Amino acid sequence: MAHILLPAGLLPFALGLAAAVLDLPERSVGLKPLVEAKAAASGVENLVTAVLLNFRGYDTLLEVAVLSLAIVGIWSVAVMPRRRAGAPDPVLAYLVRILAPFMILLGAWLLWAGSYGAGGAFQAGAVFAAALVLVLLAGGRMGAADRGWPARTALMAGLLVFAAVGAATMAGGRFLEFPTRSAGGLILLIEAAAAVSIGFILASAFRGGRPAGTPQ
Amino acid sequence: MSTLIWWLDVTLAASLVTVAWQAMGSTDLFRAIALFVAFGLLMTLTWVRLDAIDVALAEAGIGAGFTGALLLAGLARLHRQDDRRRRETEQTEPGS
Amino acid sequence: MSVPFVFALAGAALFVIAFYGVFMHAHLLRKIMALNFMGSGVFLVIGGLARRTSGVLADPVPQALVITGIVVAVAATAFLIVLMLQVQTVTGRPELPSSDQD
Repeated sequence: MAHILLPAGLLPFALGLAAAVLDLPERSVGLKPLVEAKAAASGVENLVTAVLLNFRGYDTLLEVAVLSLAIVGIWSVAVMPRRRAGAPDPVLAYLVRILAPFMILLGAWLLWAGSYGAGGAFQAGAVFAAALVLVLLAGGRMGAADRGWPARTALMAGLLVFAAVGAATMAGGRFLEFPTRSAGGLILLIEAAAAVSIGFILASAFRGGRPAGTPQ
Repeated sequence: MSTLIWWLDVTLAASLVTVAWQAMGSTDLFRAIALFVAFGLLMTLTWVRLDAIDVALAEAGIGAGFTGALLLAGLARLHRQDDRRRRETEQTEPGS
Repeated sequence: MSVPFVFALAGAALFVIAFYGVFMHAHLLRKIMALNFMGSGVFLVIGGLARRTSGVLADPVPQALVITGIVVAVAATAFLIVLMLQVQTVTGRPELPSSDQD
């Protein structure tokens, strides 16, 4: 029954959605003029980074919080599955040994380039996460370091640094209102911590649970 | 020249919808996930066409790459858990 | 029809198709994939409409929203996959129990 009802109901919905989209004006300046007017005061040259980290920094803070919440949720629900027995593929291990340092370098570059061109914290964090996952797949183990406080600090560093910078700016102005002179430096600091955290959070999410032996 | 580009964009948009349809309609889950990664790559091209380079980088890295890896790992663990459960039930009921 | 609207309409179509997929598929991994397609459809609509500016640059605010959306989608997907594996551990199948049981 649902096979007929659902498409029958979805068709007018689809047509209405298409009509709503087509109804919008052909050209629209949007918020670009506002952003361009204040871009010089934002501390970075890349408009998207300026919007993400400065003009709408609160959204990005909550986004990092969502990521941190996801890893807390994953750690609460499941334990990391046991590693498959057997030696990892030697070709993969060799390749990863060459690739992983370059990937970390690429991530660092993307982080820096985000202020001037395409790039930014999330793109860099994705490359870091990919490097960590490749190392995991090639047989890298962390042993007891999984459970210790360095790993946990790395997971939460992005959120903590972001919130700390926000609280620090409250001393002079409002929460997350960067002074123009130091805006660029503050943004880079937040982005660096966020990128490292995102890398570790995503790689931890890939492993699928908290390390065995961690108290719940 | 611009009509050629317009047809490129229409082809790209049509490919997006087609690959998504194929991925959701596929019976084999591994093929569906592979098509999902291909879809992510087409999305990256779309973002480049829409002059959103940062979004293209994020989509390529996180959307296509990482979500694809997560889905594949999830599928592998589904099969492994299923095999383990099947082996355990066979051990508690030997013979038939 | 200009470029932004081509992609925005494709995004709308993708959203509706994936919406159907989320409801009709029983397998949880397929539901998760369809959910991701729905997200991509929404991002296409937002990002496509952002290109309606005259000039070389597109509107950066919707693009920032899309980047945020992509990251939140991957976080949700990661958590949902872990939940799916737990459902399979408890019930034996990667599907939600249907209403004609019990």
